Amino acid sequence: MEYRKRKKISQASAFWVFRIMSIAVIAILFWILGFIIVNGFQAISWDFLTKMPEDGMTKGGIYPAIIGTLCLTAGSMIFAFPIGVLSGIYLNEYAGKGWLVRFIRMMTNNLGSIPSIVFGLFGMSLFVNTLEFGDSIIAGSLTLGLLALPVVIRTTEEALKQVDNSYRTGSLALGATKLQTVVKVVLPIAFPNIITGLILSVGRVSGETAPIMFTAVAYFLPMLPSSIFDQVMALPYHLYVISTSGTDIEASRTMAYGTAFVLIAIVLILNLSANGLRRYFSNKVKTN
Amino acid sequence: MYNIDVKDLNFYYGDFHALKDITMSIQENSVTAFIGPSGCGKSTFLRLFNRMNDLIPDIKMTGEVNIDGRNIYAKDILVDELRKEVGMVFQKPNPFPKSIFENVAYGLRVNGEKNKKVIEERVVESLKGAALWEEVKDKLKKSAFELSGGQQQRLCIARALAIAPKIILMDEPASALDPLSTLKIEELIFQLKKDYTIVIVTHNMQQAARVSDKTAFFYLGELIEYDFTEKIFTNPSKESTQNYITGRFG
Amino acid sequence: MRKKMFRGRKYFIEALWEGLLKISGSVTSIIIILIVLFLFSEGLGLFKKDVIEEGYVLAVNKDNPIKDLNSQQIKDVFDVKIESWKELGVDVKDDKIILLRLDDIPNYVPEEEIAEDMSNLDTIINNIIEANPGMIAFVPRDFTQKGFNAKILDLGTINLKEFVTGKEWFPTAHPAAQFGVMPIVLGTLWVSLGAILFALPFGLAVAIYSAELANKRVHKILKPVIELLAGIPSVVYGFFGLIVIVPLIQKAFNLDVGETGLAGSIVLAIMALPTIITIAEDALRSTPRAMKEASLALGANKWQTILKVTIPYSISGITAGVVLGIGRAIGETMAVLMVTGNAAVIPHTLLEPVRTIPATIAAELGEAPKGGAHYEALFILGCILFIITLIINLVVEYISYKNKNKVA
Repeated sequence: MEYRKRKKISQASAFWVFRIMSIAVIAILFWILGFIIVNGFQAISWDFLTKMPEDGMTKGGIYPAIIGTLCLTAGSMIFAFPIGVLSGIYLNEYAGKGWLVRFIRMMTNNLGSIPSIVFGLFGMSLFVNTLEFGDSIIAGSLTLGLLALPVVIRTTEEALKQVDNSYRTGSLALGATKLQTVVKVVLPIAFPNIITGLILSVGRVSGETAPIMFTAVAYFLPMLPSSIFDQVMALPYHLYVISTSGTDIEASRTMAYGTAFVLIAIVLILNLSANGLRRYFSNKVKTN
Repeated sequence: MYNIDVKDLNFYYGDFHALKDITMSIQENSVTAFIGPSGCGKSTFLRLFNRMNDLIPDIKMTGEVNIDGRNIYAKDILVDELRKEVGMVFQKPNPFPKSIFENVAYGLRVNGEKNKKVIEERVVESLKGAALWEEVKDKLKKSAFELSGGQQQRLCIARALAIAPKIILMDEPASALDPLSTLKIEELIFQLKKDYTIVIVTHNMQQAARVSDKTAFFYLGELIEYDFTEKIFTNPSKESTQNYITGRFG
Repeated sequence: MRKKMFRGRKYFIEALWEGLLKISGSVTSIIIILIVLFLFSEGLGLFKKDVIEEGYVLAVNKDNPIKDLNSQQIKDVFDVKIESWKELGVDVKDDKIILLRLDDIPNYVPEEEIAEDMSNLDTIINNIIEANPGMIAFVPRDFTQKGFNAKILDLGTINLKEFVTGKEWFPTAHPAAQFGVMPIVLGTLWVSLGAILFALPFGLAVAIYSAELANKRVHKILKPVIELLAGIPSVVYGFFGLIVIVPLIQKAFNLDVGETGLAGSIVLAIMALPTIITIAEDALRSTPRAMKEASLALGANKWQTILKVTIPYSISGITAGVVLGIGRAIGETMAVLMVTGNAAVIPHTLLEPVRTIPATIAAELGEAPKGGAHYEALFILGCILFIITLIINLVVEYISYKNKNKVA
């Protein structure tokens, strides 16, 4: 009898602790989001998004940083997407189970967990100094691309893994070659998941600071880039400098809130659209 | 008086009407077999007796299940106490990744037994009861995974016996085993009948014929026929029962 | 005939395609090899660099028996923390150490004399040192050529032992830069361990709640929340930490500055949560239902089942999640850079400013001239980070490998 009661109480209290801690974690997220959204929203205006910074970046807008981040993100995806998807196809569809594949997979995992600052060091050493690109969009994009590569590979592999094997054997049994099977049967089925994964990796890349700090960005530039060998401003780096080492940290606070707001908004929009796409495609499959 | 009494039972998974208007009673110290084609609801029905279905989301139930005269779905019933009275053996042997000894002792420990001596005694007794003692007495500390499939299943039976249930539910206990191991389990069921009320779900009609006193035939969620095993297998009163046991469908 | 040709082309395309795939597949491996190559080749140059600033020498009176000084001693001598030769273990006629830098020369020789003839500087320096037995001079190598017979110390190059055990990180110190990596390595470990201590209970609780207790509706809220938490850029976490958490800590503990290891740990804990939660939840969910049902059927309640069956069963997956979380914390740059205060001293409590490896690289790389000792030292820090993540990955790999075998 006694034990029965203790058993019940310990379960109830443990579950309550878990519940409260989970609520706390959700609360923390909403605290961060709310804090930045509420404070940042006041800073947002059409001018803020489309004007150059003024007065030592205490006034004006963040237009060049937005453009810079756009360039860097797009550049990194141009590099990482094709190679990543092809690599994912290779790993899941072609490579067998030998030591080579195990090695490649291990390397991909390793690449995925290397800290972003190490990518920054590497990018600086290879692209900026050795290849003499200088601090430029191309050096930054390639560095970010390296960082995104394992994410794209893993997403592709996961998406391909979910394609039921019967599709492959079905296609092969009809006399299709492996290439035809992959391109015409497997990829179309895996496509929605690959795309959603890609969107999420865009989100990750657009917020990275450490890899571009020494490969692409400038503290302040009065004009927009005109070629891929130009330096740019970027949103995350902009937020970093104006909140820690600007000419007048207090005066640029509003700008900082606004920039943080834009960064969060990008992530939110990308997350929502990835989820939306996932739902849209899964409904489509069902109705088919 | 450890009998099971089911009254007007209906059970739904979401919109699916899985069990329809079932009324039956099962006597104590007997073996009752549930047979029927896959999806007929026999396993679902069995799992109502120890409320294992509670774990599944989106279910609905009406009617009563009385064990020992008490409705086990009444509000004041403590599920874990009920499960102590109603043991269960599953389709696939599912020992914990612990030692043989700890597997059998588990039920005692989670029910508050702390006395080492008592636990040891009960473990030995249960292993003997499950006809496994001779085979494992030298390796109680070894992992349960080192046993063969048949031994693992008897270990699971021993584990169920350890908490001294009154009823033992067996959900196709021999379906994953080879013929020899199956035979051993069947012999065991025969012995256990003296002390326990046993309900067994099985796919194997010979098995039902060999081990059970009474047999219930389920089809599409309905209880078609429930009678003495001998009668069901020699002279069923319903045509679908006849068709099923002669292998015309199922 | 045509059919055959078509088949030939088909095979050609097929082979081309496979070749392309193979090349793409090997890209990650090539990158890793390149990273190792570049990081180490840039970084290892540090150990070929002189202890003393490039182009300079340390010279002493030729009767001075001193043979060697390490970088720490040099710094202490020139900071006037060490004032006698005895402290350095040698007997010199004038025990008191007298420093001579270029700026000090006018104290010994009239300024006109120097200005008159710069080429004479060698002799002038030589004479000053000869006249002062207890003198140590820090002068450009160019001024120690003709007729210079004072003893030039052979200080050698920066050595690994000093790098690893050195207690001071002061890359811009004169005349000998200090590259003691200890304070930053310890700072990194402190902050990361603190982060895990905060994150672990919350991470586990959420994982258990989400995997075992939450109904579908709650799960539908929880999952995107965790995803979003993982998606917020680290610089935004840093910003939030800087504006909210740092002042909070400053007030709560009544400190002079709120930028402390604790602030770093808290921000990192929030950032490590998604990793821990996702992986631990997956591990918990991988526990076979049969195992849990067996436990429940024996009269265990849900909590006992979680505690005695589910957690032990998934412990290796949970460990992997925690280890990966630590890895993320160790490698995190921006957030830490913004909230920890970046003091390169060995931390004693979490309430002091600390500096981590990634933050050091991020903060100093911009100011370190390419090819210099400082630049190379930062690359060595990068190598250390790389090795740490490699070890963490191997540990995780080993855990999941063992886990696979256990189940089989």
